[in-house]
Amino acid sequence: MIEDIELETLINDVYEYYGFDFGSYSRASLKRRVYRVYQLDGFKHFHDFLSRVRTDAEYCRRMIDEITVNVTEMFRDPSFYLTLRKEILPLLGTKPFIRIWHAGCSTGEEVYSMAILLYEAGLLHKSLLYATDVNASVLETAKSGIFPLRMIKDYADNYRDSGGQEDFSNYYIANYGYAKFNQNLAEKMVYSQHNLVSDTSFNEFDLILCRNVLIYFDNNLQKRVVKLFDDSLAVLGFLALGTKETIKYSISQSKYKQFDKEKIWRKIK
Amino acid sequence: MEKNKIKQNCKVVIIGGSAGSLQALLQILPFLRQPISYAVVIVVHRKSSDEQTLEDLITLKSKVEVKQVEDKVRLLPGFIYIAPSNYHLLFEKGETLSLDTSEKINYSRPSIDVSFESAAEIYGSNLVGILLSGSNSDGTAGLIAIKEAGGTIIVQNPLSADMSFMPKNAVINAKPHYILDAPEILEFLQDLN
Repeated sequence: MIEDIELETLINDVYEYYGFDFGSYSRASLKRRVYRVYQLDGFKHFHDFLSRVRTDAEYCRRMIDEITVNVTEMFRDPSFYLTLRKEILPLLGTKPFIRIWHAGCSTGEEVYSMAILLYEAGLLHKSLLYATDVNASVLETAKSGIFPLRMIKDYADNYRDSGGQEDFSNYYIANYGYAKFNQNLAEKMVYSQHNLVSDTSFNEFDLILCRNVLIYFDNNLQKRVVKLFDDSLAVLGFLALGTKETIKYSISQSKYKQFDKEKIWRKIK
Repeated sequence: MEKNKIKQNCKVVIIGGSAGSLQALLQILPFLRQPISYAVVIVVHRKSSDEQTLEDLITLKSKVEVKQVEDKVRLLPGFIYIAPSNYHLLFEKGETLSLDTSEKINYSRPSIDVSFESAAEIYGSNLVGILLSGSNSDGTAGLIAIKEAGGTIIVQNPLSADMSFMPKNAVINAKPHYILDAPEILEFLQDLN
């Protein structure tokens, strides 16, 4: 493993040289991620790694892409999607136009899951799905809508557990070990790079999903990001987090009402 | 290993297991006498769709209170914590737990190695690591990390484990301080208090 002091030096340097601020990331996970790249790229001494990061902007970019966690899946936590389907979408459906933000969308599996829900509810045509991530390379994958075929069986199970009744294979074409999702699902998606640590609000939304992103941040940064969501959410809009995340310690509870047992909060004022 | 010394120092007991470990856990946790002077953290492999069953079962059976693990929850002595399914469980400075959804390790999330290594970094000699039944090699590297950091490591006797592969692998490669049957592990934990 790398030493605490080495990690702190790296964090400082990346901020000083490139302006990316990892100072408020949870250390245990960040340390593992940094050590993983360090090993993956065959470094033997930390100072070599550090000087490569300092002098090679492209390498630093690669390191940042690698240390941010990009594991995601379609319909992760099916009961969450069931609640979206049964409770949340009917409420959003009364609006003339639905704006959704996937903050930290990674390779886009959740965005496609949402597009399928909206399509089945007959709402996709009047929706816009903004999807952002700090990592530019995952956004390219997301835009393509191409996912490894070996995952599809799990996704089809998740889809069914989330209340899906169609034949899941209607939504993609399988070829050469990959599944390419139908173009009509992607028509309402807008992808762009956005850093929750340093960028500001860019629109007003009816639903913001940010699932399993806040776990990588310390309490102070969590507070700032929840404030950013609050600034970006219409009154009566919804904020959805991961199953082990909460806004309890980040924002006044009188402003938000939790929806059932799920990690979904409605902005009430 | 001098038991008195472990007793004085122990802040966290971390228990890992896979197939067949529930049986061992049920021979241990329900019989722990309250209050315990350390925190118990449990990291077992289970289906990613199993959200709450294990928590509910242990809560029902155990006298020691089970605390729900959420992001950045405080790790306090006197409670049992169970790693949620489909997340890696990590230890932060300042006695909090954190979660991570990164790649599976040893085909597992939570991975026992990940949690053991992370706990070893934070708790060093104040940690007792226990590995139970299972049929996967997860846990061995974690036990080695705990031992190297000065902690105490215990492996369930492969002969009495439901699935012997995991404890056997650990016995051979991690050279544990103790090899115990489940009732002896319980006794060890009672003595820690």
